[in-house]
Amino acid sequence: MKKVMSNKFVIALYTLPALFLILALIYIPIVLSGYYGLMDWDGIGQMTFIGLDNYVTLIQDKVFWTSTWHSLLLAIFSTASLLLYLAISLVLASKIKGSDLLRKIYLIPMLLSSVAIAQLWMKIFDPTNGMANKLLEMFGVENTPVWLADPAIALFAIFIPVIWQYAGFYILIYYAALKNVPDEVIEAAKIDGASALQIAFKIKLPLISGIFKVTVMLAVVGSLKYFDLIYVMTGGGPNGASEVIASYMYKEAFKLNNFGYGSAIGFGLLVLCLVMTWLTSKLTKSKDDVQ
Amino acid sequence: MSLALTGGLILGGCSSSSSDESSEASGDKTVVKMMHLWPEGSSNAQYTIVDDIIKTYEKENPDVDIQTEILGNEQYKEKIKVLSASNELPDVGITWAAGYMKPFVEGEMFAPLDDIAQKDKFVAGTLDAFSFDEKTYALPLELNITPVYYNKEIFKKYNLEAPKTYDEFLKVVKTLTDNKVTPITLGNKDRWTGSMWYMYLADRIGGPEVLNNAINRSGSFEDPALVKAAEEVKNLVDMGAFVKGFNGLSNDEAKGYFMNEQAAMYMMATWELPNYTTSPDVAQEFKDKVGYFKFPTYEGGKGNADSYVGGPGVGLFVSEQSKVKEEAKEFVSYLVEEWGKRSVVDAGVIPATFVDTNNAELHPMYIDILKDLENATNLTLYADVQMSAKVADVHLNQIQSLFGGESTPKQFTKAQEDALAAEK
Repeated sequence: MKKVMSNKFVIALYTLPALFLILALIYIPIVLSGYYGLMDWDGIGQMTFIGLDNYVTLIQDKVFWTSTWHSLLLAIFSTASLLLYLAISLVLASKIKGSDLLRKIYLIPMLLSSVAIAQLWMKIFDPTNGMANKLLEMFGVENTPVWLADPAIALFAIFIPVIWQYAGFYILIYYAALKNVPDEVIEAAKIDGASALQIAFKIKLPLISGIFKVTVMLAVVGSLKYFDLIYVMTGGGPNGASEVIASYMYKEAFKLNNFGYGSAIGFGLLVLCLVMTWLTSKLTKSKDDVQ
Repeated sequence: MSLALTGGLILGGCSSSSSDESSEASGDKTVVKMMHLWPEGSSNAQYTIVDDIIKTYEKENPDVDIQTEILGNEQYKEKIKVLSASNELPDVGITWAAGYMKPFVEGEMFAPLDDIAQKDKFVAGTLDAFSFDEKTYALPLELNITPVYYNKEIFKKYNLEAPKTYDEFLKVVKTLTDNKVTPITLGNKDRWTGSMWYMYLADRIGGPEVLNNAINRSGSFEDPALVKAAEEVKNLVDMGAFVKGFNGLSNDEAKGYFMNEQAAMYMMATWELPNYTTSPDVAQEFKDKVGYFKFPTYEGGKGNADSYVGGPGVGLFVSEQSKVKEEAKEFVSYLVEEWGKRSVVDAGVIPATFVDTNNAELHPMYIDILKDLENATNLTLYADVQMSAKVADVHLNQIQSLFGGESTPKQFTKAQEDALAAEK
């Protein structure tokens, strides 16, 4: 076995399937969409090469920049909500009663498909018959909001289910990480007289900081690419008030048949994701990583 | 006879993607290839009508063999595009009106059908949607117009009657809002829904041509009538005529308000008719409560009540490349005529040809609508269908902004004028 694995040819052979898949499904499409971005193309007929025109339009496109702003807002909100998830995980991991059950409950939204979640929350946000407004009415609110129809709050109304949807996922990650903190360390701290808060802040959190950085990255990039709930719940409306980059890209490419421009938006999104990833890793870098 | 038909149906069902006729004798027959989009499974009623018509036609013309290829809606659209790129369109096929068929006509893929288009047999305006430069390139099969449905029980409760003039209509709205009843349900997240309200107001105020002219650039979108129509929309919104949060509701959600009797009126195309007449899924009690009225006339306006917003659904084209063009045309004109006789009764689909309402067993609401259609003076095609995709998107976004109060009527018309002008 050892002999086989030291053969370079065999190693290459074994990595080939994965390499082929990642090339065919990720890298080649990235290059292609950059290339399509140079074309005036409706997705079916003749492609015409127009150089960087699409990218020039993109930079001047107001809708693109508002969509980018909305995507960044989502990134900020989901990063902030990580702290909430972390707090919940800390409580869950501290062996409280029923933590097993609670963990499962938090996981449920993750098991639902995005479209089902969207449908569910559209019912909740229904201005007349929805649960949200019925509740507000019970508390005596008279001018109940119209949620998804109000350009000022539509985007934030969608953030609520988004944050709810991913709670289970991040709580699970944090929970697993916290469970990996060695009991000996915590016991030693207890013997030294550390309080529960001190243990959490001085021992547990520093020990899982690596995981936390990873989740920040996941949340930021995931938010920038976010599409499904927004597409189903508002379609980017009313009049672009909840448009994000991915939904704008979809609209241009598939609804308005501007495949070339859609590709350019997609490429812009890729660049933005790369920049944000680099920025996040820079910002979350600490002294320990230098070693 | 009927046994033979059912036999044929079963055979047809087995090979839904290729010829549904035995091709043993097609050697010395003229083969006419046809593609349509009503698979036996999902559109059984339409499938059966077409299948029956083909069988009868073949019996009457023994030297012709019609071979069908049937695809679902989306696959159909794709395949037609691919086939046209390689110049292999079927002899007879189905197309959508206006913007959709424009590239095909410009590419000279469709044959002009003026020699078989009998203008007096079609409802006014239906052929126009399939015509370019005065030539007709397809014959319409379906037609949808847009009445306002209303809940008779709610109207009766507040002593209201179906309005004939716009002032009466405003009074109805006022009475309903005073009594805390939602007057109109509207799913404006889908945007074309609000567009129909705007189009009707534009038609009643400025006459049927004003919006068309703005779109085909012989007029302007800043025409006073179009601004006035936008002001009337704003007025309705300010009165609270539309259901709360309409800009966030899809058409289906909005429809729910009408079906659950939470709103008194709902404007939608006649494809909704089965829900109020024949559909077994809707309670009879509710169906009995639903009536409809034509969009009311506007005092001092140029439009009349017999002008409709609507659109033909699909039509039949003959390929310009076809080697059997004459036979194909003959078959198309036969199919359109026979389809017109059967589609309402068998499938609830209103054909673009006039229907003889005397000897058909139809629900009274269908008969009323069909009679209205005979008197139709004009049919204005949905604005977003008339426009190119890009301008349509501006139009639809502006509709949402106008209804939502983010655009003033002047900004609303200007944005569309700019978009239309930029296109030329």
